[in-house]
Amino acid sequence: MKLRRKHILGLQKMGADEINLVLDTAANFKEVLSRPIRKVPALRGKMVCTLFFEPSTRTRASFEMAAKILSADTNSLTVAASSVTKGETLKDTVLTMQAMGVDCFVIRHPHSGAPEAATKWVRGSVLNAGDGCHEHPTQGLLDLLTIREHKGEIAGLNVTIIGDLMHSRVARSGLWGLLKLGARVTLCGPHTLLPPEFAAHPITLQSDCDAAVEGADVVMTLRLQNERMDGVYLPGVREFARLYGMNEQRLSRAAPDAIVMHPGPINRGVEISDDLADSPRSVILEQVTNGIAVRMALLYLLLGGGEN
Amino acid sequence: MNLLITNGRVLDPSQNLDDARDVLVENGSIARIEKNIISNGVEVLDAAGGVIAPGLIDIHVHLRTPGQEYKEDTRSGTAAAARGGVTTVCAMPNTQPPIDRRSVVEDILGRARSEGNGVRVLPIASVSMDARNEQLSEMAELKACGAVAVSDDAFPMQDAGFMRRAFQYAKTCGLVTMLHCEELSLTGGGHAGVGKGGGVMNEGRVSLEMGLRGMPRLAEEIAVFMACTIARAVGNRIHILHTTTAGAVEQIRRAKNDGVKVTAEVCPHHFALTDEACRGYNTDAKMNPPLRLEEDVAALIEGLKDGTIDAIATDHAPHAAHEKEREFDLAPFGIVGLETMLPLSIKYLVEPGHLSLSQVIEKMTAAPARVLGLPGGTLREGAPADIVIFQPDEKWTLCAADLASKSRNTPFDGHEMIGRVQATIVDGKVIYSRRANRV
Repeated sequence: MKLRRKHILGLQKMGADEINLVLDTAANFKEVLSRPIRKVPALRGKMVCTLFFEPSTRTRASFEMAAKILSADTNSLTVAASSVTKGETLKDTVLTMQAMGVDCFVIRHPHSGAPEAATKWVRGSVLNAGDGCHEHPTQGLLDLLTIREHKGEIAGLNVTIIGDLMHSRVARSGLWGLLKLGARVTLCGPHTLLPPEFAAHPITLQSDCDAAVEGADVVMTLRLQNERMDGVYLPGVREFARLYGMNEQRLSRAAPDAIVMHPGPINRGVEISDDLADSPRSVILEQVTNGIAVRMALLYLLLGGGEN
Repeated sequence: MNLLITNGRVLDPSQNLDDARDVLVENGSIARIEKNIISNGVEVLDAAGGVIAPGLIDIHVHLRTPGQEYKEDTRSGTAAAARGGVTTVCAMPNTQPPIDRRSVVEDILGRARSEGNGVRVLPIASVSMDARNEQLSEMAELKACGAVAVSDDAFPMQDAGFMRRAFQYAKTCGLVTMLHCEELSLTGGGHAGVGKGGGVMNEGRVSLEMGLRGMPRLAEEIAVFMACTIARAVGNRIHILHTTTAGAVEQIRRAKNDGVKVTAEVCPHHFALTDEACRGYNTDAKMNPPLRLEEDVAALIEGLKDGTIDAIATDHAPHAAHEKEREFDLAPFGIVGLETMLPLSIKYLVEPGHLSLSQVIEKMTAAPARVLGLPGGTLREGAPADIVIFQPDEKWTLCAADLASKSRNTPFDGHEMIGRVQATIVDGKVIYSRRANRV
């Protein structure tokens, strides 16, 4: 089987079979990551360009490592160092990089839909590395892979996602993947950050965190997007931590073997307590490792054409 | 100019006329409308199979001049009007500089005379100086030199105190105030919020799934309520521009029942499309107010039917391709509309049986004339011979590249249209003929 698409823009548009293909491929690639020499020639001669119009450390590093392990060449453009600061448009930026010969654009952008817009202008594939409040598909996939590794099967699991659901592209991607693979999803946050329109989908909305955690197999906490808090959504982090912060006591309401996830970077003591972040219940660092495997899988499936 | 228009169906809602008649134009005015007129030596225009109606009046047009001629200018904007069967356009004041002083009004009227393709161009003045809603404009002088109304379009008044003074002063000058109803604290700034984190489309399921900031329907409804409440107290005449929500229609209906002197318009795109058209980050479906939901479309149509909504107007808002080929958040609001007003209204209102052709024509002729107290919109004897002739059933496909407007920003590119303009006449002079394909 192959992916039915040239671009990866989000999980909402992908089929369950495609998502499973990516997860299976990523699971295979994890073996490569444990080898003493972490290099396979699958994408030799392919050029991957990371275009980051927004700051990022882990996602960008993860993409570059994934590309390099697969022997692709990488080229990175950072917004602060590029012509964008001189007023160059997105269209002209991607056309310029296209002219240099790029097979895959990895794009992070503060505005939702920017990667999709880029697909109209370039010949190569576009891989969304997070766009505005829209989607962050590789984060969603690495979360699914992590859950699958711990729970075996995603169908039937109770998954609770807690935090800023209004602005979170992480939630916006993980949500579709979880629904497509048959999980029961509960979204939890204050009403200022919990848009009622989510109810158009088979999702439970809950503003009471204790009730939302009750019986959960997986608790996903989201980063409080301080940089997006342009309005008066919360009185402050102190009260947020009190109402929605995850800690050992609150987690005791969840299933005995429940795992706790966080996309990082963590605000310790806000979304998640210090103790819990470092406890065996936390799978946060496994998520980071799985991020490389998932990104390898996507680059391979988009560019490798199935040879090798 | 003398002209005899034969073999057509004359449709003039202003005199309840819908019959096979000939129309004789003498010296630029309607001379006679009768069956089988014989008039030797007069140029004859054969309207076989077509409808002969009063020229359309579009009271909501952004001609972009002065200041933004790369989007549109008087020549291209009026060419688009002529092709769309529009004989009168009212030009909105959010130009650069805005229409807030005599010199700008005169500039627009001067350009219309020299490069206006014969289309009547009527400036609408800004309510305030520099469109800042801080100091009233000189409305009496603006009216004396040709402005037909005042408006805050694109820069909605937020302050109830200023709005009340503006209404009182406009009443003093005998001017209708045309209102862009938007509570900016709920939408994140409207036009001024583009690129600054403001809302960019309707707030709802689609905006949530696209990760875009929404503009709640509440923002329009609160603003309509405030405007109607102040107008009730002041007793002036107001006109609600581009109505889009079920709640706004209901507010206007109640205000009218209470005797408030309020009229309202709807734009064709708001009853033709919903926010689903934004999917794929289609910036040609981005406008302010935004495309709403099915239930809003139904309420707008109901409002047109029962007279709550008086008129259809386009909010023709041209933007250059490079401005629209952007991130959705950063693209400007607005679409072109002059060339699609009639066919979209026929397709979405007449064809499904919501309104009769006569009712729809009334919303684009006699009704807008009544809203602003303009002379046209009728084929009565003695009236200026402003006429549109169109084939009401002709199906055709819109090609954005073929538009007469300088800009191509329409969500209807490639869509089937119903009803096609055959000729447009102002003062008895043919300013557009499809056969000759000239404007």
